[in-house]
Amino acid sequence: MIDKMSRHTKKRYQAERRFKIYGLLAIMFALGFLGLMLSTIALRAIPAFTQTYIQLTVEFSAKILDVDNKRDVKQIARADFQKIIREALYAEFPAANKRQDKKHLKKLVSSEAGYHLSRDLLAAETTDLNFIGTSAAIWVKSSDDVDSFIKDFISREVDEINRRLNDQQIGWIDSLIADGKLETRFNWDFFKFADSRSPEDAGIRGAVMGSLFTLAITLMLSFPLGVFAAIYLEEYAKPGRITDFIGVNINNLAAIPSIVFGLLGLALFLNIFGMSRSSPLVGGLVLSLMTLPTVIITTRAALKSVPPSIREAALGIGASKMQTILHHVLPLAMPGALTGAIIGMARALGETAPLLMIGMVAFIADIPTNINDPATVLPVQIYIWADSPERAFESKMSAAILVLLFFLIVMNGLAVLLRRKYERRW
Amino acid sequence: MINTLLEENHMQENSILRAKYAAKNLDVYYADKQALFGINLDIMENQVTSLIGPSGCGKSTLLRCLNRMNDVIDICSVKGSIRLDGQDIYDDGIDVVELRARVGMVFQKPNPFPKSIYDNVAYGPKIHGMIDQKSDADEIVETSLKKAGLWQEVKDRLAAPGTGLSGGQQQRLCIARAIAVNPEVILMDEPCSALDPIATAIIEQLIDELKQKFTIVIVTHSMQQAARVSQKTAFFHLGSLVEFGDTDQIFTNPQNQQTQDYITGRYG
Amino acid sequence: MPYTTTISIFVSLCLLVTAYFWGVKRAIATKRSQTALSTQVKFHSLPGFHGAYVAIWCAIPSLVLFVAWQTLRPNFLPQWLAQDMAGLVLLISAGILGLFFAQKRIASRFKARHKVETAFSLVMLLSSLVAVFTTFGVVVSLVFETMRFFSKVSVSEFLFGLHWSPQIALRADQVASSGSFGAVSIFAGTLLITAIAMLIAVPIGLFSAIYMSEYATPKFRTWAKPLLEILAGIPTVVYGFFAALTIAPFMRNWGFELGLEISSESAMAAGLVMGVMIIPFVSSLSDDVINAVPQTLRDGSAALGATKSETIRLVLLPAALPGIVSSVLLATSRAIGETMIVVMAAGLAANLTANPFQAVTTVTVQILTLLVGDQEFDSPKTLAAFALGFVLFLLTLGLNILALKIVNKYREKYD
Ligand SMILES: Nc1ncnc2c1ncn2[C@@H]1O[C@H](COP(=O)(O)OP(=O)(O)OP(=O)(O)O)[C@@H](O)[C@H]1O
Ligand SMILES: [Mg+2]
Repeated sequence: MIDKMSRHTKKRYQAERRFKIYGLLAIMFALGFLGLMLSTIALRAIPAFTQTYIQLTVEFSAKILDVDNKRDVKQIARADFQKIIREALYAEFPAANKRQDKKHLKKLVSSEAGYHLSRDLLAAETTDLNFIGTSAAIWVKSSDDVDSFIKDFISREVDEINRRLNDQQIGWIDSLIADGKLETRFNWDFFKFADSRSPEDAGIRGAVMGSLFTLAITLMLSFPLGVFAAIYLEEYAKPGRITDFIGVNINNLAAIPSIVFGLLGLALFLNIFGMSRSSPLVGGLVLSLMTLPTVIITTRAALKSVPPSIREAALGIGASKMQTILHHVLPLAMPGALTGAIIGMARALGETAPLLMIGMVAFIADIPTNINDPATVLPVQIYIWADSPERAFESKMSAAILVLLFFLIVMNGLAVLLRRKYERRW
Repeated sequence: MINTLLEENHMQENSILRAKYAAKNLDVYYADKQALFGINLDIMENQVTSLIGPSGCGKSTLLRCLNRMNDVIDICSVKGSIRLDGQDIYDDGIDVVELRARVGMVFQKPNPFPKSIYDNVAYGPKIHGMIDQKSDADEIVETSLKKAGLWQEVKDRLAAPGTGLSGGQQQRLCIARAIAVNPEVILMDEPCSALDPIATAIIEQLIDELKQKFTIVIVTHSMQQAARVSQKTAFFHLGSLVEFGDTDQIFTNPQNQQTQDYITGRYG
Repeated sequence: MPYTTTISIFVSLCLLVTAYFWGVKRAIATKRSQTALSTQVKFHSLPGFHGAYVAIWCAIPSLVLFVAWQTLRPNFLPQWLAQDMAGLVLLISAGILGLFFAQKRIASRFKARHKVETAFSLVMLLSSLVAVFTTFGVVVSLVFETMRFFSKVSVSEFLFGLHWSPQIALRADQVASSGSFGAVSIFAGTLLITAIAMLIAVPIGLFSAIYMSEYATPKFRTWAKPLLEILAGIPTVVYGFFAALTIAPFMRNWGFELGLEISSESAMAAGLVMGVMIIPFVSSLSDDVINAVPQTLRDGSAALGATKSETIRLVLLPAALPGIVSSVLLATSRAIGETMIVVMAAGLAANLTANPFQAVTTVTVQILTLLVGDQEFDSPKTLAAFALGFVLFLLTLGLNILALKIVNKYREKYD
């Protein structure tokens, strides 16, 4: 009997150990996946933070820039600066004189290089135009193929036909490197520019601004509305059917898939109210409806945790109900409400689907300046880039994800801090 | 000093009876706070031993040491030794699962599992591999419920949830659940405190019958109950064992002033 | 155009502040003149309340007018009234009228405080109704558009038809302009992906919850629990990116080695990643309900000599079952409504298949693809998205209500 028992016990302990290991494995799997995902993304993002530049000795020839010799800034701004850069390239490699060679050669630099050159030179109306007729050594952005080659995404080993750069181009790159005329720098433009068709020029400034405007609208609407609603439900409404109904409604609202809010936005704001598509205003409206339940629910919890004795004390010295709430209860519940709002904002910041439906998915190369400008937001920008065929966008979107996650970490960290600092046990 | 003297007395008196448990210099701590101080106590086989004393004096703590239920509490640590049939139950080699199969426990508040009455009783035998076929289980359930005096009341609704019984029935169900594993010792922590006098009487009678087969340790706040059901009584105060002896003697002729005060209701 | 909104907001704010201080000033002035006459008169409300009263009277008429104007503008107003300037003028004049009306009423006995309190509570009430109106708006817009859809396509074709190709409806004058709208393959695809996700999320989530609540040391818990919750906080587009650009290619290569045909967009890749995303939804609620099982049951089981895992399997899980079921239902509803992961990793083709390695499509993907891009609001193609949205809404709402019901019942049991 005893022997049978202990053999049985042994088995039971094995089962116990197995069970515990399953639990640990489950957590390890989930956390491992998280780690894998984040580290993959971080690794892929690294190339996006650098950009290859090529040094060229350009000649600002008046023949190209100022054909009729009027020295008119506006006129010059429209001139073909790209041609100047091309000419400099041809001068750098005089051996490439066939049409075909020249075609390959000019693909070494970014097709936007001329545009940026003119912008840099003619930043102000009153620029002095003395540079015309002189020559200077300047750094221009390489094309994204060259950039990819430098970052080892294009391998020499591959057959020439399957390579985006041919042997001749690689030869030129090698000679540029040998002359110290090719350099990799930190890619500030990624944080300065909006979206672009050329990967080397694409940045996230536009999306970040779009997200900022959208979130501002969301916060401005959902925070006061949510706090007011919570005050009504906790402080004014008599417990009963109607209050329950509203409460249930709010809970259900929190469970509606975000894409359905997109449908609502489409039908209501765009179709019936005729508001403009792709605008942060409409995006913010949709997201605030989505965020509202989160704010209400957390604020209600915060109001509930303010002890009744505080209300009684205030009412006891003759404060009105409104004064009691505004002077005593709400300030105590504020950290909770703010935490809820931040958590809601963080979710809104990561939201993609409903914004796609109200048209924030368009290609927008300008940085939005107000809430009615067509704009996109960070997650949507990631989605747009994920759809692009160019290899270079892959690192761009990884980098954009890092930026998005950075904002999320900051927001959630803020929420945690707030909670820690003001958490009160009555 | 008195303790050891008393203890030796008993050893001589009860030399026919075997000591089931022997606690030696037992100290118990909850984190830094000491809850039991140098307890020396023998518990005799097939007797009912009751532990009495004012609230917070460490009765439950001692009881929970006897089947190592204190292991569940992280901050609890135990020094000294407790021997069950001569073996220290806090030895490394001791397996708590097997220990608890030998030492059952009934709690202050009835805590049936949210399962059927049948499953409640069959649970212990099932996990200990005492059941090979369905008829074994049926038999164990029936005999256990009979021993617990509950069979007549529930035999027609074994599939009903155990939580649906009355408080007294629930407590007897918990007793049935404990004896279904066929333990050697049953520990009871104020088993009647949540029950009315009639249910209490039934359980007291049950305890009396059970002592034929089991060694029973019971914590109680009722002097009458201790006097009625137990053969030995231990009086605790502030974590120390003040007096231990035959129940008759403790209640009629306590050696210690504190005991005297407590049983006559002067404090506690 | 773009600046008018900003300007109107700014002007209204200025107006409000002016109104407030005007009210305060008038109240103080009135009070002074009256106390000069006799000391008996007691001013009922503080000057601040009078200010607030005037501000409210300034705000409400202009707000009401503005909202009405915005609503009517696109369809019902004449050209000259629909202009931005007209709106601004309306806004300001209504505000000023209100201001003058209100400031006249300031007097010693005037109960401004009561009025303000009433207005305050009304604002609170209205705010709480916004949530109700939103739900109402969702239901109405979905039902309305769905009905229009069903006036063009029969209900039975939608629910039981096997063929889905809405893209045919390019031009309204084409004969076969209606396309075909048999949504069965979409529902099947949704089901397949959700099933895969739940197959991953339920065991892993449940085991995580069990480990967290029963085995983990407090220290491990304080670290691991928030880390696990991060999974739920990461935007879904990030998961979609990971699924499409890392998991899917990996699986395709892996399948290639094994001689399996795995398409680059597969139900498996989407389902797997979605499953991971859902884990915290299962684990945190399950963790809560397992923790809520009374300690006495754990003690009771341990006292009978049960090992921890036996206690968990035989006592805790059965006791916590309702809560666990509802957490699974909530997670399912999440999975069904999830969009970005499937859009990026599952594909657009409406395949009717049970093979998890093929591309399938889901309700959410179809809603998105039907509506992104050109929109013609009468075409069955656009309306189909609303019909799908309605199905999605009903499904998730049903799951949610069921889950809440179960969990409430469970709460009653242990409270
Ligand atoms: N889990 C615990 N953590 C910390 N201290 C504890 C714990 N359990 C008991 N104690 C402390 O140990 C001491 C003895 O407690 P114990 O429960 O053994 O008393 P008791 O004699 O059973 O009292 P009662 O008659 O009220 O049940 C008390 O001071 C109590 O505060
Ligand atoms: Mg006790």
